[in-house]
Amino acid sequence: MSQTISLTLQVNRQSVTKTVEPRTHLIDFLRNDLALTGSHIGCEHGVCGACTVLVDGEIVRGCLTLACQLEGAQVETIEGLTESGAIADLQAAFLQRNALQCGYCTPGMLVCATELLQDRPSATQVSRTEIREHISGNYCRCTGYEAIVDAIEETLKSRHATKVFAKEVA
Amino acid sequence: MNAPVPGLAPRTLIGTDVVRPNAKRLLAGRGAYVDDKRHPRELHAAFARSPHAHARIVRIDLSNARKSPGVFWCGAGADVAKAVSPWVGVLSHFKGMKSAPQHAVAIDHATWQGEAVAVIVAQTRAQAEDALALVEVDYEPLPAVTDMRTALDPATPVIHPALGDNLAFTRGVDTGGVPEVFAKAHLVVEETFSFGRHTGVCLEPRAITADFNPAEQQLTVWLNNQAPHMMRDIFAKHLEIPEAHVRVIAPDVGGSFGIKVHVYPDEMAIVGVAKLLARPIRYVADRLESFATDIHAREHFVKARLAVDQDGGFLAFELDDLTGIGPYSVYPRTSAVEGNQVVNLTGGPYDFKHYLANLRVVFQNKTPTCQYRAVGHPIAVAVTEGLVDLAAQKLGMDAAEIRRRNLIADDKYPFTSASGMKFEGLSHQACLTKLLKLMDYDALRAEQRALRAQGIHRGIGLAALIEVTNPSAAFYGVGGARISSQDGCTLRLEPTGWVTALTGVTEQGQGTEAMIGQVVASTVGVPMEHVRVITGDTDTTPYGGGTWASRGAGIGGEAALQAGLTLKANILALAAVILTCDAASLDLRASQIVDLQTGEALLSLAEAARIGQYRPDTLPRHFQPELTVSRQYGQRDYPFIFTNGIQASYLEVDVETGFVKLLKHWMVEDCGTIINPQLVDEQLRGGIVQGIGGALFEECLYDETGQLLNATMADYLVPMAAEMPDMVIGHVETPTKSSVLGAKGAGEAGTAGAPAAVMNALNDALLPFAARVTEQPFTPEKILRALGHV
Repeated sequence: MSQTISLTLQVNRQSVTKTVEPRTHLIDFLRNDLALTGSHIGCEHGVCGACTVLVDGEIVRGCLTLACQLEGAQVETIEGLTESGAIADLQAAFLQRNALQCGYCTPGMLVCATELLQDRPSATQVSRTEIREHISGNYCRCTGYEAIVDAIEETLKSRHATKVFAKEVA
Repeated sequence: MNAPVPGLAPRTLIGTDVVRPNAKRLLAGRGAYVDDKRHPRELHAAFARSPHAHARIVRIDLSNARKSPGVFWCGAGADVAKAVSPWVGVLSHFKGMKSAPQHAVAIDHATWQGEAVAVIVAQTRAQAEDALALVEVDYEPLPAVTDMRTALDPATPVIHPALGDNLAFTRGVDTGGVPEVFAKAHLVVEETFSFGRHTGVCLEPRAITADFNPAEQQLTVWLNNQAPHMMRDIFAKHLEIPEAHVRVIAPDVGGSFGIKVHVYPDEMAIVGVAKLLARPIRYVADRLESFATDIHAREHFVKARLAVDQDGGFLAFELDDLTGIGPYSVYPRTSAVEGNQVVNLTGGPYDFKHYLANLRVVFQNKTPTCQYRAVGHPIAVAVTEGLVDLAAQKLGMDAAEIRRRNLIADDKYPFTSASGMKFEGLSHQACLTKLLKLMDYDALRAEQRALRAQGIHRGIGLAALIEVTNPSAAFYGVGGARISSQDGCTLRLEPTGWVTALTGVTEQGQGTEAMIGQVVASTVGVPMEHVRVITGDTDTTPYGGGTWASRGAGIGGEAALQAGLTLKANILALAAVILTCDAASLDLRASQIVDLQTGEALLSLAEAARIGQYRPDTLPRHFQPELTVSRQYGQRDYPFIFTNGIQASYLEVDVETGFVKLLKHWMVEDCGTIINPQLVDEQLRGGIVQGIGGALFEECLYDETGQLLNATMADYLVPMAAEMPDMVIGHVETPTKSSVLGAKGAGEAGTAGAPAAVMNALNDALLPFAARVTEQPFTPEKILRALGHV
């Protein structure tokens, strides 16, 4: 356990080099070593989704990923997504719809929804059932999910409308 | 629209969907939960916990753990007891209630699987957990008391021999003449119901950092708790520190639902160790510890009967409730309240005269239980509504019709229920009418019949409910508990004309800060953006009870309203001096002092505030501007201000697999004046889904030796997005006259009624098969058993 390894990766588009114990999980690395406390720890066994972050553009569980697996990887957390403005519309929709209460699941939920928004660039309509299934690995005890589904649906629709408009005026 | 609140400007924010000012930082990943804050010189704690449900602790050897890398301190129960005195969780108004003294860390006797037996403090949490493997404990296992139905048998061991038996509390209600009413009734329906023990599963686990500064004898505790002032009193008492030297800070809290309003022994241990070591100590429960040590709730076995006349009129209810609460009654609210509520609330929406109830609350070697969202309501509502549907079925009467005939008439208030509850003013009939319209009840029944003919089995379930909100001191204060039923609000007019509001009620995501901001902005006459609300710090906020029993809006909101009206009057008095006119001719609207009649702007609030704060020399010698005010409010007209509502569930049962698909859910409720409709609706939706969890998925499963079998989120199922329905919410508004604001609570009504609605819908779907389910959670296996398929 005293053995450590050196690790270099990109976190929120900045290069980071740290020495970590091999047993350190990505979520503990982010929270404890980089003070990126926006991602949360809920269950530590990959069920609740509170620690969801993007690794090389795909959503992963920060509690099931070892930091030392990520040499050279691109990690993006809620802090990076917020500062780049990439999901500002989604965050605004969550705010207007009150799609969060305590906010503890919210960063993981937003990162999870980010993947859906990215994966469906041309989708005219994603059904509520599909949205519900996409976020079904993210536990929220407060909202009952309906407001979250509404906010994601609203963002999908407005992004689609923006794309259609861009095409029409191009 | 709401009835206008006296003293408010015409364009009030009360009744509007204001977005929560504090939600933005949560969306940006800038929340500040207990585990997000780092403290200089902090150490991390981990607990060794009993693997046995019941055992004598023969020997604990911490010598090897002490040598583990990074370990700073190790202690067993006696070591921690040097800093923390034990407690007993009883209330004096629960006559005859008993419980045993409980220590922060068990001494000699471990009474549930998961009870802490030693604490390790190390440089990191990982190092503390490494050392746990080196803690040596010799246990002498004792027979575990697990089945509450045999807990009182003479052959069952007594968990705490000094108490004499395993009975914590018993209570009866008898209006008299009940056996005679049942004997003569046209119809008697009888049923047994059981409820699976479940727990809150807050996504943020319990978390604490405690720091003690010996130079000041000052204890500071960051704790994700709903009632910081209550905890301050308890820390002061059990650590023997003057209360003024204890500060409790509840920062962002990741869900609570009643889980985070109790005294937890491991948290008391952390505070004690911080005092012993004079260093900040951090502890966050992991998920296994959350399942094994967060309070559980709702393990009840109920036999109940309903007597009905030939017209379907209710004559009498009879109830026998048995509940198991674990080895200790939880401090300081006690574990008898849930059963007590079941007795108080059963039959609550209905007009009937005769009631006979018996409650037994027993000890067992499982995780202690205590108040969890909608305390006792889901049990009382399921028992009541299950019997109501059964009676309708036997009479061949429609489920909506039998309720219409028996729900208390809307013009019959004030009304005292058979169990003695006093209702100020409810709207059951109006809510039923609105619900049936909202769900298009007749069309839904027609659809159900048509689909049934095609072999598709859908059910419609109704559940009427009452909810306890805005409690007076009747809940805890009268029983000797130092839990405040009042709350306060302090308002400070800043020299810029903005208002800082400090409130004793706390925020766990319900929208408390938005709600208080709306009330203050509306009463003072400033825009929402000019009000900053501060919660959750005993050093700065007024003394108060915090957030529980759906009291935030009704109690905290009224205190904010009274403070707002007072501050406004003081501002107008100042403006009148500046303008040399009569204060009664002025009003304050949108941060402008205006002529009351014409609305003409005469002076900006910022200018009045500037003069009041910086240039009192320009004011007459006798006039002192008072620009900081405090007001407190406690509800004293009734023991509780009840709300009411009714829910409906529409679902489909796959009779081959036992799987249930929730198609839709409706709720119409009456929480009096609605301050923020969106926040109320989302409280109800979240509450409904939490109730559905108990009805279909959630149960803490134990084996006969008291081992918790499913203490992971992979094994203990909670509602996830894919299985949950969309929910339609409607309102009737009957403001309480006990306050100017008129608001009642809305936090628990969703959870109170959802299990009953789902149960009734399930049994409605199963009607053609003569199958019934009454044991929650209604798993596919139980449904298949009821159908006779397994």
